[in-house]
Amino acid sequence: MTFINYASREINCKIVYYGPGLCGKTTNIQWIFEQANPEKRGKLVSLATETDRTLFFDFLPLDMGTVKGFKVRFHLYTVPGQVFYDASRKLILRGCDGIIFVADSQRARMEANIESIANLATNLKENGFDIRSIPYVLQLNKRDMPSAASIPEMERLLRFRNEPMIEAVANKGTGVIETLKAAARQVLMELQRN
Amino acid sequence: MAKLDLMLFEEEDTLLQEIIGRLSKDASAKVVFLVDKNGQQIAAAGDVKSIDATSLASLTAGNVAATDGLAKLIGEKEFSLLFHEGEKDNLHISIVGKRGILVVIFDQNSSLALVRLRVKKASKELQEIFDQVEQRAQKESDLGSRFESPFSEITDEDIDRLFGD
Repeated sequence: MTFINYASREINCKIVYYGPGLCGKTTNIQWIFEQANPEKRGKLVSLATETDRTLFFDFLPLDMGTVKGFKVRFHLYTVPGQVFYDASRKLILRGCDGIIFVADSQRARMEANIESIANLATNLKENGFDIRSIPYVLQLNKRDMPSAASIPEMERLLRFRNEPMIEAVANKGTGVIETLKAAARQVLMELQRN
Repeated sequence: MAKLDLMLFEEEDTLLQEIIGRLSKDASAKVVFLVDKNGQQIAAAGDVKSIDATSLASLTAGNVAATDGLAKLIGEKEFSLLFHEGEKDNLHISIVGKRGILVVIFDQNSSLALVRLRVKKASKELQEIFDQVEQRAQKESDLGSRFESPFSEITDEDIDRLFGD
């Protein structure tokens, strides 16, 4: 649910990074935080455990500039990936405008990826969204891992609606901005449609 | 419901600011924020510069969402009020209608009783405006928009420009 303020001429959009535990959701937004112009980024808020696992969410506000005279601001959120935090994941999807699904390329994590997409579909539905129509991007992260599955294999298992699919190595920044850009494009195009 | 965007026009924005400003004064608060349940700040009054408002909005929404989840677990519809007491400053969080959260930060210059009293009155007024905003959005989504959306002509170039390409 985009928030459009015609008085202050601002649009705020919420983009959520989703995916299984340790797939690199937090790494994606940490990299964006480090690279972004300090004047354009807000504070990175991380609600994490003592061992740096996401407990509730990470949050990063980003000022993107203007479109048609409106200031565009993205609010980036990550969900906790671990299976038992499902109640929290559901809450974070409230009012989201777009999803970035971060898949872990390691072969051993393929089942976790598939389960997480199924979980996303269920949680989106409970929030009144449809995974087949909401702005959605698939990021294939950790492409540098020796045990990474092939692209065609991952595509066959994880891609289900011809969504943009981007290869990434989030801890080196590869593909991180491209992924965000692909999501932003869809979210803004959705505004156009509405 | 999930599809309806929250659109605020000049007139509504001014009314919301007025109510929040009045509440801030009447309750002798340090700062008052109006936030939506998805974590976006809608209006603010008082010593706003002293606080990172964006983080506050997002964390408040997270807090309310988590408390909402707890309420449902024990069979309650919601907990409409949260109060956090600090050494110097206190945080009074209350739900306004279906989508608003009112955050009042106050210190020893005010009291919980005064804040509660003033918040109750302001909530009623805010609720009326939220209802108007929702009714208008619903009407427009049923009838098709009455005004030309500025986003109907977003181009690929506009989006590339956002990313500095």
